[in-house]
Amino acid sequence: MKENKIILSHGSGGKLMHNLIESIFLKNFKNDILVKLYDSGIIEFDDFDLCFTTDSYTIDPIFFKGGDIGKLSICGTVNDLAVCGAIPLYISSSFIIEEGFEIKNIEKIVKSMKKTAIDAGVKIVTGDTKVVEKGKVDKIFINTSGIGIKDKRIKLGIERIEEGDVIIINGEIGEHGLSVLLSRNIYNIDSDIKSDCAHLNILISEILKETDEIKFMRDPTRGGVSATLNEIVKGRNFGILIYENKIPVKKEVLSMCEILGFDPLNIANEGKVIIVCGKNDSEKVIKKMRKNKYGKKAEIIGEVIKKPEGKVLIETLTGARRIVDMPVGEQFPRIC
Amino acid sequence: MCLAIPMKVEKIEDDYAIVSLGNVKRKVNISLIENVKKGDYLIIHAGFAIEKLDREEAKKTLNILREIK
Amino acid sequence: MKYLDEYRNTEIQKEIITEIQKYSKITKEKINIMEVCGTHTMAIGKYGIRKLLPKNINLISGPGCPVCVTPEEYIDTAIELSKGKDIFISTFGDMMKVPGSFSSLEKERGSGAKIFVVYSPLDALKIAEMNKNKKVIFLSIGFETTTPLISQTLKIAKEEKIKNFFLLSGNKLIPPVMEFLLNEKDTEIDGFICPGHVSAIIGTEPYIKISEKFNVSCIISGFEPFDILISILLILKNIKEGKGKVINEYKRTVREEGNIKAKKAIYDTFDIVDSEWRGIGIVKDSGLKLNENFSDFDAEKEFGIKIKISGRKKSCICGEILKGKKNPFDCPLFEKVCNPENPIGPCMVSSEGTCSAYYKYERK
Repeated sequence: MKENKIILSHGSGGKLMHNLIESIFLKNFKNDILVKLYDSGIIEFDDFDLCFTTDSYTIDPIFFKGGDIGKLSICGTVNDLAVCGAIPLYISSSFIIEEGFEIKNIEKIVKSMKKTAIDAGVKIVTGDTKVVEKGKVDKIFINTSGIGIKDKRIKLGIERIEEGDVIIINGEIGEHGLSVLLSRNIYNIDSDIKSDCAHLNILISEILKETDEIKFMRDPTRGGVSATLNEIVKGRNFGILIYENKIPVKKEVLSMCEILGFDPLNIANEGKVIIVCGKNDSEKVIKKMRKNKYGKKAEIIGEVIKKPEGKVLIETLTGARRIVDMPVGEQFPRIC
Repeated sequence: MCLAIPMKVEKIEDDYAIVSLGNVKRKVNISLIENVKKGDYLIIHAGFAIEKLDREEAKKTLNILREIK
Repeated sequence: MKYLDEYRNTEIQKEIITEIQKYSKITKEKINIMEVCGTHTMAIGKYGIRKLLPKNINLISGPGCPVCVTPEEYIDTAIELSKGKDIFISTFGDMMKVPGSFSSLEKERGSGAKIFVVYSPLDALKIAEMNKNKKVIFLSIGFETTTPLISQTLKIAKEEKIKNFFLLSGNKLIPPVMEFLLNEKDTEIDGFICPGHVSAIIGTEPYIKISEKFNVSCIISGFEPFDILISILLILKNIKEGKGKVINEYKRTVREEGNIKAKKAIYDTFDIVDSEWRGIGIVKDSGLKLNENFSDFDAEKEFGIKIKISGRKKSCICGEILKGKKNPFDCPLFEKVCNPENPIGPCMVSSEGTCSAYYKYERK
């Protein structure tokens, strides 16, 4: 069934979104920077590389346990720069606000952005504000763009990945997506799960100083860890194997996933980074990460394998290995 | 059609109970179960309890392998 | 997680697998074991259980996913209804991505249809209570595990005089379809892994009749790796002993008599009717329709519609796959036309159905 209209799943970070990006955006905007589809565009200058990224935030609800749309808009853009090896420096923020939206909430969001920017060490240097009629936008949408500077000696890219490299994650998965669902109050579940929304640039710059064996990084946002790992292996001559018993997940996240029939690997994170690192320095990297606030539960969760190419496998609790699919779109709770 | 999880009864309110799995709680309908008590484990499907877990049998099940061998 | 983790112990599983390997060598050359529960299908996929079994054991996914065996025409009718003025559709999440003849609920939501996903039918009732000027239609699908919940929800709706809540009946029963498959002359099923939570409602008796009539093993199984593996082992043991038996492996949840209150709830609310199963056809006395006492909640009555099965012939051979006679590679549609993004029959609609599993693991 070919889609001729956008459905919500086109924004969920899985297969449909990728098809959309490739068949329309990439096809038309094609150039050698964009085609890499990294989290930031990398523009090479003589003495340094400039990283440039943009992201829009349309989350509902705008205030949720562990964060808000403002904090998210800074962390998301900072992280997209950091995973490309850049020091994030300057952010722009543009607001599209629905008529009738309470000004005190704008202030709340902006104060949150200010605090997050200070913590992350970035400055908001330009912006824009638009107001639209009631119903034309859902409360408030924020776009942030960011620039950062990357040392030319830092070379990150999927082409550096080879068999034997390990896969590292900085902590427990599945919290952001579930926290947002809980805050929408539609499934009437009570839990303390909080979004893991966090800026990871300081953690990342610490490990980049530790070793030059970091090959590639990406933050597993929409579509979760499954989507990110599948993005890494797509079309490549290697695969990835992860181990179910090594993946850090909080008990509450596991419980909620059991009840609703979700897979934690498919749930969005906003304070996590997947790192592909050479095996030799991996223990050193983990040790360094665990000293940082956002890396205390860092784990090696798997490795790069020769076969099957282009696929992600998980070794389950039973010892059997199965494929981890790219999630197809929005995850719905199951009764079956 | 069978996704159902054992959850512990924390509180009972007429035809409903608050049940928990770890620290995750939900209010569920218990009208299909007799004699629900606090501390019971109920099998929860789509917001209802469909059975009470039998703790003795739960233990015995783990011994089936020994019986077969 | 208590009463879950104990049945996920890797060491015990390894022991069971060793026993399975021993038994599989001394039973038949080819052993067909069928599970008839979508949740078993998902668990088998999730834990990679097929990979642990000896090659001569063929694990077949039966028609146990209520959403996957719902005819396309049911979904088409739901979509048609959703276009009505002041109509809300409420549904379990499982239904959202299933394709009807032309579209899916998920796609229609994208076109503006008011379609709400609920975790519980009580949440659907709540939507009706909070939107008195709308008519809320609940897509009632599910087997015996889910049907009593829907009955209880309707009872509450009746007591509270809620007039804007309706049901599009699609509920089905499991034992009739098991018998149907066994009655087909070319079916080769040596044992069933029986659905643990359906059994919690119906008890063990329906399987005794089937087991005696067809000399086939019926093991009522829980859903953790331990339960599924032990059930497979029990089937092998039965085959070796030459007799089909009913064994309740899931005694921690399933009582011999089932849940009498829940059974009564079903038959207080529904009548048994013939029912169309996607990919299989009509199975006698396998469906449920709201009875006279609850006909005011019947969406077909309220909106003057009837779900018409078009009876189109498709090249889909799900029926043969479900019987264990053919495999997905035998199907002319497999891969070329029918795939996870564009599934035709239930074996591919279910993300862990036989065809989905083959698509993921068995293709070169």
